[in-house]
Amino acid sequence: MTRIDLTGLEVRPAQVWGGVRLVPLVRAVPVEGLRLHREVYGGHGDGGSVDLGDRTTYTSYVPHGFVADWSGGGAEAAAYGTRLGGDPPTVPVRHHHRLAKRRRGDGRSEKRLRFLPLHIALEGYLALHFGGPSVIWEEWSQQAVRRGLSPRAEAAYAGWSVPGLAEALRIFEIHPGQCGLMLYVADSLAAAFVVPHPDDYRVLHPTLIEDLYGDLVHQYAFYGAPVPEFRARIRDTGRIRTLADLRAAARAQERSWAESHGTLMARDLLETPYAFERVYRMDSYDLHRLLPPFRRTGEEQHIGELITDHKGRTLYLKTFRLSENQIRRGHLLRRLADCDWHLGRTAEALGTTYAELVRRVEGAGFSSLLNWHVVAQRIRETQES
Amino acid sequence: MPETYADLIAAEDVLLFVNAAVTATGQREFRSSAGEQRLSLAFLHEYVRVNYRPVYAAALALDINDHNAVTIVEQLLRTADEADGPTGKRAEGRLIAARLALLPPQRVYRLFRALRAAKVNNRRTRAIVRDWLAGRAASGGLAHDAVKYRSGLKTAARHVHRRFPGDESGDFLFAPGRRVRYEHAALDAYRRAHYEQGALYELPFTVAEGFAAKHGVPRAVFLERIAPRMTRLERLRTQRSGPATDLAAMPLTRLALFVLSLPFGERAARRAELTGALRAAAGRVAGPYAGTWGRVAAVLDDSHSSSGSAVKRRRPLAVALGCHFLLEALAAPGAYSAHWTSGTSGGFDPLLVRPWGPTPLGTRILDALEAAPDRLVIVSDGWDNAPPGLAGEVLRVWRTRLDPERRTSVVHVNPVYDTAGFDVRRLAPSVPTAGIRDAEDLAALVEIAQFAEGRTGFAELRAYLDRRVELFLKGAPR
Repeated sequence: MTRIDLTGLEVRPAQVWGGVRLVPLVRAVPVEGLRLHREVYGGHGDGGSVDLGDRTTYTSYVPHGFVADWSGGGAEAAAYGTRLGGDPPTVPVRHHHRLAKRRRGDGRSEKRLRFLPLHIALEGYLALHFGGPSVIWEEWSQQAVRRGLSPRAEAAYAGWSVPGLAEALRIFEIHPGQCGLMLYVADSLAAAFVVPHPDDYRVLHPTLIEDLYGDLVHQYAFYGAPVPEFRARIRDTGRIRTLADLRAAARAQERSWAESHGTLMARDLLETPYAFERVYRMDSYDLHRLLPPFRRTGEEQHIGELITDHKGRTLYLKTFRLSENQIRRGHLLRRLADCDWHLGRTAEALGTTYAELVRRVEGAGFSSLLNWHVVAQRIRETQES
Repeated sequence: MPETYADLIAAEDVLLFVNAAVTATGQREFRSSAGEQRLSLAFLHEYVRVNYRPVYAAALALDINDHNAVTIVEQLLRTADEADGPTGKRAEGRLIAARLALLPPQRVYRLFRALRAAKVNNRRTRAIVRDWLAGRAASGGLAHDAVKYRSGLKTAARHVHRRFPGDESGDFLFAPGRRVRYEHAALDAYRRAHYEQGALYELPFTVAEGFAAKHGVPRAVFLERIAPRMTRLERLRTQRSGPATDLAAMPLTRLALFVLSLPFGERAARRAELTGALRAAAGRVAGPYAGTWGRVAAVLDDSHSSSGSAVKRRRPLAVALGCHFLLEALAAPGAYSAHWTSGTSGGFDPLLVRPWGPTPLGTRILDALEAAPDRLVIVSDGWDNAPPGLAGEVLRVWRTRLDPERRTSVVHVNPVYDTAGFDVRRLAPSVPTAGIRDAEDLAALVEIAQFAEGRTGFAELRAYLDRRVELFLKGAPR
């Protein structure tokens, strides 16, 4: 599996507000067997700290978690621990154990999995080659060798600080049967969100405002002009003689939008080959995280997480758009790892000079990984030869 | 008559203002904040006042809403020196007096307070306030106002230097300690209500409410006993907790709002009663025109945006529901079909309508045209989004290709003022659009909407306005 498979989801006409374009995705038949709920954590500004198990922790603002329930029984869904909103008791700092964790009630494990949305994806990105150099070349500092890339941090904007997004989400009119949403800011894809069931979507639609958005999305929303609507246009060629013809022409308009959306607007998301990594398996459903190829060809790159069924269809999807800097960082780490963290060979592979590569490592914010004394010596050597 | 370009623009400006004055209330709407609404409306008022002052004053004769009527009066009095000579001033004065007589008194008192705050105290203003107060005194006595709108009356009287020679109301307002008791029942009841529970029920509802809280009267007992002193709308407002009232006597749109405020279970349980009340209200509005409109099809918007805002809760939906029952009454028996945007048309109980989902107006218009009706009425905020613009395209092609002889007349009424466009949102240039505030005005609006097709000149429009003004002033007391 290398691509996101959105079979079963149809595109409906977009709704535009300012620079934000929201494209609803509708399922003709809702998926039975897997449901998502929301679990609200803490009040404002509370940090969440997650124990990842391998003696690393992941700390972030975590507004809520999702609970995936594959027990199949609707009545059981509202059992212990599930909240559909409202004010939960506030806890100053919350400690989560694992990003994805099976729910236990009365000492036996239930068919319910709690996971922290988007943080699975982000953790995948942050933990990219987190261990640091695999071969201890002398250019790498003691810190890099001992502690790897730790602490590794990325900044993102919460949805409510993205200008215009809150208003656009508020006035969005949810379609019947809607199970997903593609969110475009200044006509570039900012996030994709898919859930298994329309009822889940109605409950989880407001969570989009609490999600994380990259600085690129914030910039586009801040500086971008309002985007135009794609208005329906019926060509008045004289072929329309009856009401049925008019109706057919109207249908054709809806179809053409759906086609052009898939090929034009969401192409980068749907056609990029991703690296899928399975995080958790629940009966016939798999929770994956996906990482893009970190290509530097200027196309959109998303990290994300998704739940698929045994046929590989997407039941749940949440993506995060990486900014250009973040792609660059991922690309650099990938290349370093490919060349066993040897700076000289990496520079060759990238088609650049040793000094330039060092500058890039520094520019990416990894300067503490380098032993500057050795690096300076090596640069002098290369320049003399 | 040759029409100049300026004439057409003038006609368009005026219609735009009328649409705004009917719909906009300066309150928050689904898609715009209260600030945006007020800013946009304030500009429009100033623009029309400066450029078309006689028309601006004449708008008082139309079915514009109270908020805009008050704003127009205030603006006219603030800029009295811009009026067109003594004749213009006289015409304005008559229109203002006639409109003030129709406005609810609390609005008028608020207007007087605004005039005082703005330091407008010219001779004309004083005369207008004095005349209005004299009218109140003649119709019901100022004592009632002194109790119910105490601070309002006090401010107004002080502003225009009105004296109350030998009148108890004057003492009641300005020297409350002077008399031990009052001859007038209302004034004395107010005095006694401070220590006597029984006197409470002789006071107007809003005043008595405060005393009831002071005396700790249980709400249910209070509502039961105060019922005869309540106004019609107060009775509707306290219907849930108070005694049952005759719903059929309520105005149509208020009744629709009340129905929509009930939970679904209660709506279903009281279906017969509520439907009967709505039908009765619609029948009363339709009056002699009932059953005269032939085959009517309606496209009614119950999308998410019809939920309005926190201050205008479900207003667009209530207008649609009111129009539904009114059109049913206006259409020939059995010749009415409703198409809600949520897609539920046949066999659907309109009482159970809820504001949810997208707005596929284009498809619904196609459904409605299927039956080739004589009239097609679209009630929507004009945000056609599934797909956007389809409704306009369908109506355009229908008009040019399929129905060039105009067998079907199409009209779009819109309950929401669009701040960015300074008008209500249109679906297509070929379709006349009118703003609507209460479903009751539908018939009159369909008449004015014919001007909105962009083919009528300013002269014709002025003639229409003059006719309306004449009718309006004929009905006025002076």
